[in-house]
Amino acid sequence: MTQRKLGDVILDVKNISLAFGGVKALTDISFDVREHEIRAIIGPNGAGKSSMLNCINGVYTPQHGTITFRGQTFDHMNSRQVAEMGVARTFQNLALFKGMSVLDNIMTGRNLKIRSNILLQALRIGPAQREEIRHREFVEHIIDFLEIQAHRKTPVGQLPYGLQKRVDLGRALAMEPQVLLLDEPMAGMNVEEKQDMCRFVLDINDEFGTTVVLIEHDMGVVMDISDRVVVLDYGKKIGDGTPDAVRNNEEVIRAYLGTGH
Amino acid sequence: MAFFLETLLNGLMAGMLYSLVALGFVLIFKASGVFNFAQGAMVLFAALAMARFAEWIPQWTGIESRWLANTVAFVLAGAVMFVVAWLVERLVLRHLVNQEAATLLMATLGITYFMEGLGQTLFGSDIYKIDIGMPKEPIFAFESVFEGGILINQEDLIAAAIAAVLVAGLSVFFQKTATGRALRAVADDHQAAQSIGIPLNRIWVIVWCVAGVVALVAGMIWGSKLGVQFSLATVALRALPVIILGGLTSVPGAIIGGLIIGVGEKLSEVYLGPFVGGGIEIWFAYMLALVFLLFRPQGLFGEKIIDRV
Repeated sequence: MTQRKLGDVILDVKNISLAFGGVKALTDISFDVREHEIRAIIGPNGAGKSSMLNCINGVYTPQHGTITFRGQTFDHMNSRQVAEMGVARTFQNLALFKGMSVLDNIMTGRNLKIRSNILLQALRIGPAQREEIRHREFVEHIIDFLEIQAHRKTPVGQLPYGLQKRVDLGRALAMEPQVLLLDEPMAGMNVEEKQDMCRFVLDINDEFGTTVVLIEHDMGVVMDISDRVVVLDYGKKIGDGTPDAVRNNEEVIRAYLGTGH
Repeated sequence: MAFFLETLLNGLMAGMLYSLVALGFVLIFKASGVFNFAQGAMVLFAALAMARFAEWIPQWTGIESRWLANTVAFVLAGAVMFVVAWLVERLVLRHLVNQEAATLLMATLGITYFMEGLGQTLFGSDIYKIDIGMPKEPIFAFESVFEGGILINQEDLIAAAIAAVLVAGLSVFFQKTATGRALRAVADDHQAAQSIGIPLNRIWVIVWCVAGVVALVAGMIWGSKLGVQFSLATVALRALPVIILGGLTSVPGAIIGGLIIGVGEKLSEVYLGPFVGGGIEIWFAYMLALVFLLFRPQGLFGEKIIDRV
């Protein structure tokens, strides 16, 4: 694996604890993400991976701990603020706008960037029209990039699962995020679809320098594409480091394979 | 033939009013997945506000022009509906994000009774008139084609024109603007919409506000035709079959559904009524809705929902 140019710490998670009633989802988790890196979060089912992502994304508010993004520290924030700061996400269980076309779904990702007056938009005149065209061009690039040109006008509900996952990714990309949170982008895919998705993630990271935080079950994929890996088990961090270091970590092996008796 | 056409036109006009009320339902359902039972109460509330403001403004300010007074009253009533939308979001919907549809429906039932009561407390419970200067005298059309021509209410024609403009405006708003796109997005998936930075709260205020304005227009037209009184709140019940027919998520469905029901009611009353002793008008719409529920539950234009097992 070639060494990528890693930047400074862009996202710093410190001492995050999250509980739902008596259930401790996360206990005292800390890790950082550097600019341009691909950072994976792995762990067995129920380890708290998605909860972690939801904390970063502002869906859950952790009881303890802080999240620092580009030097700004927050102890809670809402989804909109997070989106405005340039963090986009995809969902483990697809959360697409099923009734809308692929194009419209991805266009919604541009919503925060549309500035023109709503009346001008409705009448399609002047600057509003030019702005719409500009956003549309951007979205067309994404559609080309993800190779879903043929499905532009199809309502996403009718697409096969693998393609819906791409639309989900496309919508996140339309936000031009600095940090992309991917919640199991390859879950439920066949080998070919997984390879495609890997290629997209690597290309995004490579071409646009987008920082990627990735949750994934497929160990092969994680070890191949990520720069550093955080391992969670029962809401606690049990490992953190390069794929090789994590692979040889005693505790990680125990968590995945179970302890011998 | 002339008589048939007259009945047909009458039905179309009545149907258009149903459409307007149904439209309010569809707007809110599309944008928040909430079946808003309070739409009828909103029509009553808006119409009461409009009627009373039109009455009070000349008293308060000495404005003599009826047009001006009506315009100011309309704007004020619109502002009242905005406040209602804001309060509904702030006090009710905000606390019910991601709840079951049934919970939300019950909440809107609560809003219904609250608004009916509050409306009458604030604005009084008598029968009020809205006089927006609609020409009342009928005109005769096609006199060269039919003997005696066809009787058309000018009032109905104007009302139809207003409704058409409103519907056209709403379609453009939904299809062509970023906010419209956001509204459709919110309807499909709350969480995903939030993740791309669409503010749920603001969207809900917008959509309830738009539904409020639609209610105001509907209330104004009904009120000008028949007077504003408590029974206006029950027009919501008349609109239920319309949305079953047209589909809960379709704006054109609400319009066409309303027209079909309006026409169906009038024609069946006139042509079938004598055989069964009349009164068809009252139950015809519900009968039609029932047939639709059996054979095409998603309505004429609704989205067919297929769940993968």
